[in-house]
Amino acid sequence: MRNIGHEMSATTKIEKTFREEHGRVLAALIGQLGDFELAEDALQDALVNALERWQMDGVPRNPGAWLMTVAKRRAIDRLRHSKFEEHNPTILESLKQEELEMDDSLPDDRLKLMFTCCHPALALEAQVALTMHTLGGLSTPEVARAFLVSEPTMAQLLARARKKIRDTGIPYRVPPADLLPERLDALLAVIYLIFNEGYVATSGDSLTRQELCREAIRLCDILVDLLPQEAEARGLLALMLLHDSRREARVTPTGELVLLEDQDRTLWDSAKIQKGMAVLDEAIALRSPGPYQVQAAISALHTEASTATETDWNQIALLYDTLAKMTPSIVVAVNRAVAIAMVRGMQEGLKMLLQLEDQAESFYPYHAARADLLRRTNQREAAADAYRRALELCNNKMERAYLQHRLDEMLNLIQ
Amino acid sequence: MKYMLLMYADESKGSQTPEEQQAHAPETWYALMEEMKAAGVLVSNNGLSPVANATTVRVREGKALITDGPFAETHEQLGGFFLLNCKDLDEALRWAAKIPSATLGSIEVRPLWSPDA
Repeated sequence: MRNIGHEMSATTKIEKTFREEHGRVLAALIGQLGDFELAEDALQDALVNALERWQMDGVPRNPGAWLMTVAKRRAIDRLRHSKFEEHNPTILESLKQEELEMDDSLPDDRLKLMFTCCHPALALEAQVALTMHTLGGLSTPEVARAFLVSEPTMAQLLARARKKIRDTGIPYRVPPADLLPERLDALLAVIYLIFNEGYVATSGDSLTRQELCREAIRLCDILVDLLPQEAEARGLLALMLLHDSRREARVTPTGELVLLEDQDRTLWDSAKIQKGMAVLDEAIALRSPGPYQVQAAISALHTEASTATETDWNQIALLYDTLAKMTPSIVVAVNRAVAIAMVRGMQEGLKMLLQLEDQAESFYPYHAARADLLRRTNQREAAADAYRRALELCNNKMERAYLQHRLDEMLNLIQ
Repeated sequence: MKYMLLMYADESKGSQTPEEQQAHAPETWYALMEEMKAAGVLVSNNGLSPVANATTVRVREGKALITDGPFAETHEQLGGFFLLNCKDLDEALRWAAKIPSATLGSIEVRPLWSPDA
């Protein structure tokens, strides 16, 4: 048994190394080869090679440089054996001339890779899949599982995206200053989407979900390292850390959703909270406010309250005002109404929600929020109706179970 | 890389709003063309006569079938093109955003066909 355990941990260690090194090696390789597809294929070859070798010899001192060297050799082999040579003899020449020795200094091109994967000329789902695959080092089957699509479908999606990058001349670079703000916004949105895919758990097993959150946090961590002056990158990192700190408390062992106010706060991950708070402080110190920082600040206020009743709703309501000005949306408006209900009373909150009815009729969180405020003011029949409407519109299994539970509770009280 | 910038817009729309007037003003177009020439990207450009003048040809079983009108009825019509030589897609997109009619219709950016693709 012990022996098997040892072998497993060797494989696990190799897999962990792959995941950590994948983005960096691939990014450097694309920079050198100037070809996305060739770089990915060559790295894939190198990984297969590494899996065999490392299981015998152990993980080398500098696994990234090892993979890079082997991948470059494999790229040369591939070029020699393909028609590609006719089109691109220059790559082969430059590779041949280069000393193919172990080089410990691997250039960090990950930022270029991130911006290329999240280029607006690619469909959003392709951006997300490509980012997870190339930078996160998730295999095609893993990305397919996260997206709940078949492996061939995902393979095709990734292949098409790579082809578009090459055929349309999507540049491999960090965007110039005038493009950077909008491109960075897109990049942050993709990272947050990966996180939410894991956090909101629309379906799929919880292990994969957890990995998505971890991956999003890791990518954002890298981004913060590479762009230390960008306050919103730090804001997003803080937001995800603070959200993720409640992972254990927000779902019961049997998979039921627990609302923030009912969570066992001792289950919150204090290390993540501390890191999240520290990152948020760094973000705010850069004096360039943005919606991720505001959301992180809201999350931080929840985290700072040792019991639900101690929550500083007044401050939270003010932050939602700010957020509504920065990024007006129906989600923000509903959350703002809830915060105001907690400060100025349920009636006030219900009144604000009523004003949103026209825009929010088909949006289930609106009905869920309304139902909740009605329940708290003992308007049980109206609450039951609102829970019913929310249930009609909601697709998330966990949230549905929660809404159904509340609806049953209301129906029992009415009888 | 050569990029074709295809300009689509609803040609039934006139020059009512200030935005429409601006997009249709010849000076605006000349200025853009000068800028493109100065940057050394302009390969060629032209406008098309309205879709009412379109005739579509299809050859089926060796016979040419000729019909009046464009090949498909769409609410935005192809009105002209710019063929540009740009270093990458970002540069082509930047020029596309400068085309006066982009404020009214849309610009489709496509690289020219290449044997590698």
